[in-house]
Amino acid sequence: MWETRVRFLGREDPLEEAVSAALKQGQVTPTELCQRCLSLIKKTKFLNAYITVSEEVALKQAEESEKRYKKGHSLGDLDGIPVAVKDNFSTSGIETTCASNMLKGYVPPYNATVVQKLLDQGALLMGKTNLDEFAMGSGSTDGIFGPVKNPWSYSKQYREKRKQNSHSENEDSNWLITGGSSGGSAAAVSAFTCFAALGSDTGGSTRNPAAHCGVVGLKPSYGLVSRHGLIPLVNSMDVPGILTRCVDDAATVLGILAGHDPKDSTTIQDPVKPFTLPSLTDVSKLCIGIPKEYLTPELSSEVQSLWSRAANLFESEGAKVIEVSLPHTSYSIVCYHVLCTSEVASNMARFDGLEYGHRCDNDVSTEAMYAATRREGFNDVVRGRILSGNFFLLKENYENYFVKAQKVRRLIANDFVNVFNSGVDVLLTPTTLSEAVPYTEFIKEDNRTRSAQDDIFTQAVNMAGLPAVSVPMALSSQGLPVGLQFIGRAFCDQQLLTVAKWFEKQVQFPVIQLQELMDDCSSVFENEKLASVSLK
Amino acid sequence: MAAPMLRWFCSGRRFAFAWVGCGSCHRRGPPTGSTSNGKRGQSSVAQQPHITAQKPRKGLVTLAPICVQAGYQITQQRLPIAVNGSLAYSVCVGRKPSQMVTRTVRVKQIQLEQDSGKSLHDDLRSQTLIDLNRAGIGLLEVVLEPDMSCGEEAATAVRELQLILQALGTSQANMAEGQLRVDANISVHRPGEPFGVRTEVKNLNSARFLAKAIDYEIQRQINELENGGEILNETRSFDYKLGCTVPMRDKEGKQDYRFMPEPNLPPLLLYDSGSLPSGADPQQVINVDQLRARLPELPRVTRERLVREYGMLPEHSCALLNEVGLLEFFQNVIKETRAEPKKVTSWVLNTFLGFLKQQNLAVSESPVTPSALAELLDLLDRKAISSSAAKQVFEELWRNEGKTPAQIVAEKNLELLQDPEVLERLCRSTLEAHPDVVMDLKKGNPRAINKLIGLIRKATLGRADPTAIKEVVERQLSS
Repeated sequence: MWETRVRFLGREDPLEEAVSAALKQGQVTPTELCQRCLSLIKKTKFLNAYITVSEEVALKQAEESEKRYKKGHSLGDLDGIPVAVKDNFSTSGIETTCASNMLKGYVPPYNATVVQKLLDQGALLMGKTNLDEFAMGSGSTDGIFGPVKNPWSYSKQYREKRKQNSHSENEDSNWLITGGSSGGSAAAVSAFTCFAALGSDTGGSTRNPAAHCGVVGLKPSYGLVSRHGLIPLVNSMDVPGILTRCVDDAATVLGILAGHDPKDSTTIQDPVKPFTLPSLTDVSKLCIGIPKEYLTPELSSEVQSLWSRAANLFESEGAKVIEVSLPHTSYSIVCYHVLCTSEVASNMARFDGLEYGHRCDNDVSTEAMYAATRREGFNDVVRGRILSGNFFLLKENYENYFVKAQKVRRLIANDFVNVFNSGVDVLLTPTTLSEAVPYTEFIKEDNRTRSAQDDIFTQAVNMAGLPAVSVPMALSSQGLPVGLQFIGRAFCDQQLLTVAKWFEKQVQFPVIQLQELMDDCSSVFENEKLASVSLK
Repeated sequence: MAAPMLRWFCSGRRFAFAWVGCGSCHRRGPPTGSTSNGKRGQSSVAQQPHITAQKPRKGLVTLAPICVQAGYQITQQRLPIAVNGSLAYSVCVGRKPSQMVTRTVRVKQIQLEQDSGKSLHDDLRSQTLIDLNRAGIGLLEVVLEPDMSCGEEAATAVRELQLILQALGTSQANMAEGQLRVDANISVHRPGEPFGVRTEVKNLNSARFLAKAIDYEIQRQINELENGGEILNETRSFDYKLGCTVPMRDKEGKQDYRFMPEPNLPPLLLYDSGSLPSGADPQQVINVDQLRARLPELPRVTRERLVREYGMLPEHSCALLNEVGLLEFFQNVIKETRAEPKKVTSWVLNTFLGFLKQQNLAVSESPVTPSALAELLDLLDRKAISSSAAKQVFEELWRNEGKTPAQIVAEKNLELLQDPEVLERLCRSTLEAHPDVVMDLKKGNPRAINKLIGLIRKATLGRADPTAIKEVVERQLSS
């Protein structure tokens, strides 16, 4: 079944388009597609990508989609296409936990706008994916449902390289992280359990796992896509992110999700129409900027060399490639930290156990109830950020920290504006410092340290509200994916994706080979008894 | 002797719409701002879609007892929606209702914010009940400067504000229902000296109690100071049963609210016709000049108009506006009747309002419709009935048995005598029957004429107008 699918969905065509065409022609029915994905989800359960699998809902949606196709009334390109949604988006009637005790058992009464848009297009909701608790983290390792495993840990490409180097160790104990915080969504797409997944991106949470899992991760311009129903982390930086296996698919989804939402006052007023990406043949009019400050000592030599190769690729095809400067880059991590924690402190205040979510047993007084509820409901990472944020917002600290950080933020945003004004169309940078690392190594440092390290290339983009996309380029010497990031001008998402699409076609990133996994299913399951995964 | 001065602000009243819906809160703010002649606070931050906006919010620590749905409250800390306005109101300065003077109180600012929930402590059962019904609802906070000097001035100013808010449709501003909440800040000082320490008085749920509380507090402070004591900067509650202010239980002490600009609301930019950017979508901008042009008639203008158009006294126009629905009732009667406006005014303010008050009814609950009253006044105007008969008819109408004035008049034989001959005859016969009274009258006893009129009226079974009777009698006696 596995190989059939890989052949059937040629890398040349946009996957969704191919599937959509297949659905229209009746070569496959939505129900078949749904069942295949559900079965894959079961087979890849050990990845821990899903917190909730909405099997009944998906099958029902598939049934309805099938009826529409039979009548020839499909809703569009996404009708009957399986998708997954990160568990910090509210889904009506389906548990939404943010991977936190605070919301365990919480069932929202409404759909997030982006979820509703997907459903209105007939997409099939496979389930809610795993994340770092409240989207705070860069590994997808700190949620109450446990860490997400990178499917590439089980890929033929990686395993072969390891066999060459390895000593006889338990094959599974050294599994790799997905990156975060949208690791579940990235893994879900990477392992073929769905065709597109929603993530969120506040400091890189969609692009980072996309790079580690070898998929496309798009962060749209701030204000282009509604945040209504996305449980907020940092209101001024959050955006819903899109994870797919190719750039065209990301464009299709973006076309459906973008546009003004009266429920989100930060969305732009102008209407947005769905679009198709042109296939660029001539890049001679393009100007690619390479920010010199992004060449940091921590950058792995492999990623650095891939970055160079990419720049050379553009140049050799006629594009203008120039070095540019974003002088305030070195301040951005600290600035991000201050602003992020400040907003978090305010946003997390709503979790008090009063109306929804976890409530402790202590009812001595309101204050005692709040305190105990929040201590029980939040993990250390969340509590740490809340405390930091409150510190920065104290009257005596406000000017020195918060206001200062906002000023620096403006400088950082202006850096980008200046560069784009000087004729640069798109910036090219690494997405991550290296390829995905083993979990055992990742957890040697705490969440805050890791976030500060791993967000380095991605968070300035959030502070400036720009669109950015991570595109998988090539496999590292260990056989693991490396992605590169393109950053575009505000609201020029279409242009950004056009360049990304051209690049994708040039590099021809290989498809993940998980056959071995499928054949070895039983043996993997044996080992899997170690990881306690509680999926429904 | 200390001359008491007041500083107080009228805080909050409920919007009909929930706060979050499409800036409906924003649409309420500017009209109110325009009417108090305020200068609009122009937001100084240009629109940048991806940078934080400037609506401040307070973040609350986990342990704070203020209960708000989202754990934070949105308010306009830095840039209120309107500043530097004024509110005019009229107070009585003498014994007579006609001795009215216009005073103004400066409006420091108007700001928009969110209401919070309430917590109620049930000590008996050791539990706290949290009421979130009003949490998150939009509020308009009007801050007045300390330009008022006694309870009555404050109460009158509040009344005027209520009328303005009602006329705009912003709120019913009913204090008893919490639609308008007023906190008074009171201090006293000797003339020429700086303002004294102020206390804040809360829990005022009517204009009357507001006046009482202020006057009590002024006196309390004066007494305290004259006895060598000092005034504490504290919050007090008005105990309406005892008619005095009492210290409220101490709140949590000074709180650091940890303000932060609200990132979900872009800056609210107010334009006027001069500054409006060309090509701006009218749905997306607020043009203050446009709002001003669309304002309904405000109470002050209405009162002046009533005096001008209908020749009524200022205190009458005040009375018409002071009762919800009364002005509309009055105007409906005017429309349908040929009677003189002065007659209508008198009937509406005396008879109609009197009946309402007696039975504690609102205008909307009146059993008598404007049409019915109009018909009655027409009958009176045509001299088809006497004024005392009219009062009887009105009483019948009040019983709401579904009869028209004409029907009641017919049933009860209340029509005035139309045939002058009959009246002449009855007068003559009564005069002849009571020579002693006639004698009395000729002697110059002023009460005699009334007695005669009374007798004749009885003879006519109340169907003759006393004025007409008097005229006939006088004519007959002089001939």
